Amino acid sequence: MELLVASAIGVLTAGGIYLMLRLRTFPVILGISLLTYAVNVFLFTSGRLTVGAPPILRDGVSTYTDPLPQALVLTAIVISFGMTAVVVMIGLGAFLGTDDDHVDDQTDTSTLDEEAEGTS
Amino acid sequence: MTHWIIAPVVLPALLAPFIVLAARYHIGIQRVLSVAGVLALVAIAAGLAVQASDGTITLYQLGDWAAPFGIVLVGDRLSTFMVLLTTLLALFVLLYAIGSGWDNRGRHFHALFQFQLMGILGAFLTGDLFNLFVFFEVLLIASYGLMIHAGGNARLHAGVQYVLFNLIGSTLFLFALGAIYAETGTLNMADLAQRVTLITPEETVGIRIAAVLLLLVFAIKAAVVPLHFWLPSSYAEAPAPVAALFAIMTKVGAYAIIRVYTLIFPPELAATAGLHDLWLLPAALLSLAIGMVGVLAAKKLDRLVAFSIIGSMGMVMVAIALFTPAGISAALYYIVHSTFAGAALFLVADLVRTGRGNLMLTAQPPVSGAALTAALFFIGAIAMAGLPPLSGFLGKLLLLYAAFASPHAAWIWAVVLVASLISIVGFARAGSTLFWKAQSLAPDPEADIPDEGQADPMPTPAPLAYIAVGGLIALLAAHTVFAGQVHSYTSSIAAQLAAPEPYIAISLDTPGKLSTPQEGY
Repeated sequence: MELLVASAIGVLTAGGIYLMLRLRTFPVILGISLLTYAVNVFLFTSGRLTVGAPPILRDGVSTYTDPLPQALVLTAIVISFGMTAVVVMIGLGAFLGTDDDHVDDQTDTSTLDEEAEGTS
Repeated sequence: MTHWIIAPVVLPALLAPFIVLAARYHIGIQRVLSVAGVLALVAIAAGLAVQASDGTITLYQLGDWAAPFGIVLVGDRLSTFMVLLTTLLALFVLLYAIGSGWDNRGRHFHALFQFQLMGILGAFLTGDLFNLFVFFEVLLIASYGLMIHAGGNARLHAGVQYVLFNLIGSTLFLFALGAIYAETGTLNMADLAQRVTLITPEETVGIRIAAVLLLLVFAIKAAVVPLHFWLPSSYAEAPAPVAALFAIMTKVGAYAIIRVYTLIFPPELAATAGLHDLWLLPAALLSLAIGMVGVLAAKKLDRLVAFSIIGSMGMVMVAIALFTPAGISAALYYIVHSTFAGAALFLVADLVRTGRGNLMLTAQPPVSGAALTAALFFIGAIAMAGLPPLSGFLGKLLLLYAAFASPHAAWIWAVVLVASLISIVGFARAGSTLFWKAQSLAPDPEADIPDEGQADPMPTPAPLAYIAVGGLIALLAAHTVFAGQVHSYTSSIAAQLAAPEPYIAISLDTPGKLSTPQEGY
């Protein structure tokens, strides 16, 4: 099971990094989503993998699973979900405004700059 | 246990939603509430700093749960010092935002501003690594909103880069935290400091990776080369008061490096040996050089200031990378200077934009009211380039003096001095192009005549805007005049960081709520 989980994290991370290097908004956002999935599973496994064990103290139970990583993962999921929503909105705004979804500065930014100074 | 130490987090956290809910359509009420909130924060921060100044470390257990199970806030000299610095900066930035009308060009400026403060102050005060992550996210999500405040295509485009870069940083942070937790089973900083030393030398692979990942995350925040690419366009495109407030955000990264790499992974720790002088120092020297070359190469004033922020962060990181009490003390002195000088320059750049309509570094016909702006730019540039008599010079002197003991002293001296020279040339070029060459240009008749009939397209900034910039300059002057006192205080901060035992003891030994389960719980 360790091998399965570890390779799943590895594949997700590799896919995420590949997509992030595409430099268009949509693949980059997908790549970051994959990375956050990878990091969520990674955080989850940081408390060691235990199957079928309770996280809360009970009588007559000797094996427990670590409850803290689950709490950490929950926080991480909420935050990454919110952040992805924000970046989708900003990315959409930038795309609709400039008709260009490149993440890098490959367009002629001087025209953009002048436009911005006109409006600000 | 007093509750004052959590006030810098709770006050803006309550004020921000109140501003959104109760004063959403009344910019006047928003302004009053926001200024009152920041004034209260300055008072609280001053109180906390006075309390911590004699070396007392205040511990606040959230929900009364004892560390390492509960989350703690720790107010020692370093964190209260940074809190005070942030609130002072926030006060003048807020006054500028009101004076220049920036807060009225989009919605929810004041609410986001308060949330941003909450995140920054929380990051300084927390004693728990995961909580640090959460406060980083709070300050980041507020900064996304502030960054694209008032809209515009260039700003949104830069905003996408900024958000994506920081999302990657957050993911790296989580990977680092997961690795640390897997290796040590704790995320409380004081507890970590103890447990990391217990790891046997053969099993340090995991913790070494975690330490490097964490350093990468903080280096992204602190814009250390080669992780600085997000900064120039984000800071240049952000609204001026926001960019000025962001001057403290790079210092959050510097603070985190100081805190984590003196407390948890100190230089004498065998597991992470070499990380500090082998990696951090060259990167810091490189950022100093690249930042100052960027100052020379910039075509627009806002980019020039953004690169000078990278350069001055390089200076801070060089001082931190020495990891001696003298180095940390010099770094803290320079952090104060760099925050105020960087913020003042961003605000001056905005004043220039208000006068001329753009920030291109080309000679353009003079505009009215340029003399005062030119004087403010002159003072800000002197401070940032580190010329006497202002505090940048003293900070640099402290750094060079601290570098004497380092084996890399020759490199540090050479890079610092050459980079300073380059930045002086860069600022001199920008200033003379903006303000002096304008005088020698013949007025352009085609450009002037159509303007006569129209309403004035370039309103002059309100006096409050000048007062705010003047206030920052006054703080810089005070930082210079009271350099002796400030430096002896930063030295006492460094001394406290060099002896972390009281910090660890108070975090772990303060009794809190019982953590053993009760019957029927």
